[in-house]
Amino acid sequence: MANNLAFAALADPTRREVFERLAAGPSAVGDLARGLPVSRPAVSQHLKVLKEAGLVTDRPDGARRVYQIDPQGLGQIRAWLDRFWDTALEAFKAEVERNDDEEPKAP
Amino acid sequence: MNATIQPAAIRKTFTLRATPERAFQVFTAGFGGWWPRTHYVGDSPLTGAVIEPRAGGRWYGEHEDGVERLWGDVLTWDPPGRLVLAWRLNAEFAYDPALLTEVDVRFTAVGDGETRVDFEHRGLERFGDSEAAVRTLGMMDGGWGLILDSFTSAANA
Repeated sequence: MANNLAFAALADPTRREVFERLAAGPSAVGDLARGLPVSRPAVSQHLKVLKEAGLVTDRPDGARRVYQIDPQGLGQIRAWLDRFWDTALEAFKAEVERNDDEEPKAP
Repeated sequence: MNATIQPAAIRKTFTLRATPERAFQVFTAGFGGWWPRTHYVGDSPLTGAVIEPRAGGRWYGEHEDGVERLWGDVLTWDPPGRLVLAWRLNAEFAYDPALLTEVDVRFTAVGDGETRVDFEHRGLERFGDSEAAVRTLGMMDGGWGLILDSFTSAANA
């Protein structure tokens, strides 16, 4: 159940982007919104969903709230593995298709 | 005190210009040919990487010092449609036979000689929490960034 919720939370590309940005370090809503092509309320909504899914936590910092991926580090491990598999699978794809091109075929 | 996290499985879907038979073959028998040489366990450089072709087979790296370093084993061997590997490297990249995370790869024929690959790495919550892990990953991040850059350059060349 919790896993399904977490998966649904990351299915949205913008929400995923918000999550990946938090993987780089804690941020407030305003800072996150600045680098994204969506409104600040939209970012808040994404954070709410991520929080409900247990993927991020928040804490007050003066007048604002700072969001971060979980303090135990699982989110960071996940973010690292995600990039790692991108690299490995890109190499796999290249290998499959490189040999494919050895047969005569216009580039 | 700390919030518990249930990280979502890592999922990747992409299409290859090859048959499922060829994709499965390259992924497994050709594993050492595409696995990035920069991704390995321990201090001795990687010279090869192997997925043994059967359920229960080992999944490991071959190193310059002659030692084979185990990463996990084959849970499901069902060519050409599906391969499931146990990834038993913990968050500090040490082999832990008690740890089970699953790498599930499905190859499905689509269109004209193409294959859709559905990749999933799940069970990530079993990594548990580890400050050392976070430090390790932090140190390695720069390395992976460089690798990714070199792939991008090669792809765009």
